[in-house]
Amino acid sequence: MNRRDGLKMLALLAASAALPACATRTPRGTGDLGVVIERASGRVAVVDTSHRTLIGEVDGLGDLSHASVVFSRDGLHAFVFGRDGGLSKVNLHTLRVDKRIMQAGNSIGGAISADGSLVAAQNYAPGGVKVFDARTLELVADLPARYAPDRLSRVVGLVDLPGRRFAYSLFDADEIWVADLSQPANPRIERHRGIGRQPYDALVTPDGRHYIAGLFGEDGLAMLDLWQEPPQVRRILGGYGRGEAALPVYKMPHLRGWAVAGRRAFLPAIGRHEVLVVDTESWQEVGRIPVAGQPVFVMARPDGRQVWVNFAVPDYDRVQVIDTRSLAVVATLNPGRAVLHMEFTPRGEAVWISARDDNRVSVIDTVSLATQATLEVEAPSGIFFTSRAARMGF
Amino acid sequence: MRGAALWLLLPCIAAPVAMAQDVPAPDRQAQLVRMVRQDCGACHGLRLTGGLGPALTTEALAARTDEDIVSAILDGRPGAAMPGWRAMLNETESAWIARQLKQGFPEEGAGGRR
Repeated sequence: MNRRDGLKMLALLAASAALPACATRTPRGTGDLGVVIERASGRVAVVDTSHRTLIGEVDGLGDLSHASVVFSRDGLHAFVFGRDGGLSKVNLHTLRVDKRIMQAGNSIGGAISADGSLVAAQNYAPGGVKVFDARTLELVADLPARYAPDRLSRVVGLVDLPGRRFAYSLFDADEIWVADLSQPANPRIERHRGIGRQPYDALVTPDGRHYIAGLFGEDGLAMLDLWQEPPQVRRILGGYGRGEAALPVYKMPHLRGWAVAGRRAFLPAIGRHEVLVVDTESWQEVGRIPVAGQPVFVMARPDGRQVWVNFAVPDYDRVQVIDTRSLAVVATLNPGRAVLHMEFTPRGEAVWISARDDNRVSVIDTVSLATQATLEVEAPSGIFFTSRAARMGF
Repeated sequence: MRGAALWLLLPCIAAPVAMAQDVPAPDRQAQLVRMVRQDCGACHGLRLTGGLGPALTTEALAARTDEDIVSAILDGRPGAAMPGWRAMLNETESAWIARQLKQGFPEEGAGGRR
């Protein structure tokens, strides 16, 4: 019996455990589960972060390049957004796809409302956001990003906001939109125009107050203060490149998976081998940290004591750890070739790192930096743990 | 002896044909396929059907000349998100990639990765 057959068998066992007729197994919670995207195979691996093991695999999920995942409130279902517009609702207990739809031609991710009732997908083609009933995946609202009579923009940086609202950015239109779906049949959209050139991704701060979009087309970020009446966009870190020629950007950084540590936010500089540090009270730059390459993910350990950074090709065999008190890089690790993503366990005692070209996920102790386990996963990219279900902006 | 010498000469005879379309060595080709699928795929999609960057399928590139594609690869597209890859690719390699894209880009070597 090879590994895959073994996993299938495990999956069957897990599935049969869910049947009342043979309820000999103790039901388990899902709080320590997660999924790893196997980007080339249209499959996700389901993992157990307590035992650092692979529980099984779920396939048939389509083109998973740039796939991302959000979780149902109860942590039972993973909603997997595929590049090809597929949206799959995967049951982490049965390892089955409970529901799957093709909702667009080219998609880039999604979000789930705070009450768990609505799942929203952000799409490149057709450009816009579609909102679905989280239970049935039936379409609830179609929100084309029509910024001019016959122009649809690609949508990036979709996040959930309190009160059944979603914020997102229009890459082609230089706008930020906030959609209010408190009455799903009658969505209301608030447009913020001229926010800066080519927003490429965005984040929302842990308190849900500030929505920050990174700009590809200029030095700086656009920040929307959602607590302000009326909400207004302002520029932060304007001109951080100081007019120096930018380095080639071989991969767009990701802002999702914010790095807000204490009162500071850590953000990737575009076209520079630097992490920018900004004070979240004054929104002034308070430091910049030279790093090993163009940052892609800049992520705070849940307690904010460390920030971990990975990089774009050709520097993506490294991961660096920043100490948030001294603002210095305190460690450089080599967890494998083509590191694409990192995910902290719910309280951050460990971080899971995917190394695509080594077909490996490493589990690293965030204090000793020792590798606790490695898992064989085919071309792993995104890693998503169910603890995201309880966090805004994830 | 004589036969062996002739065999050694053969590559020279074949060379002028190959010169017209210089190709990277086979193992480099495999690296390039992986690079296009995976790293270019970050923006253009693993299946090259587009994303933040445009689709790079045969149909999508039908109207583009090889030179145009090579120039985009090596020097990027000013004003757009496409960077120049000159630090990682040379003329021969980018010309080979351009031709492969127009013909329908190869899949990564099947099997053997696990």
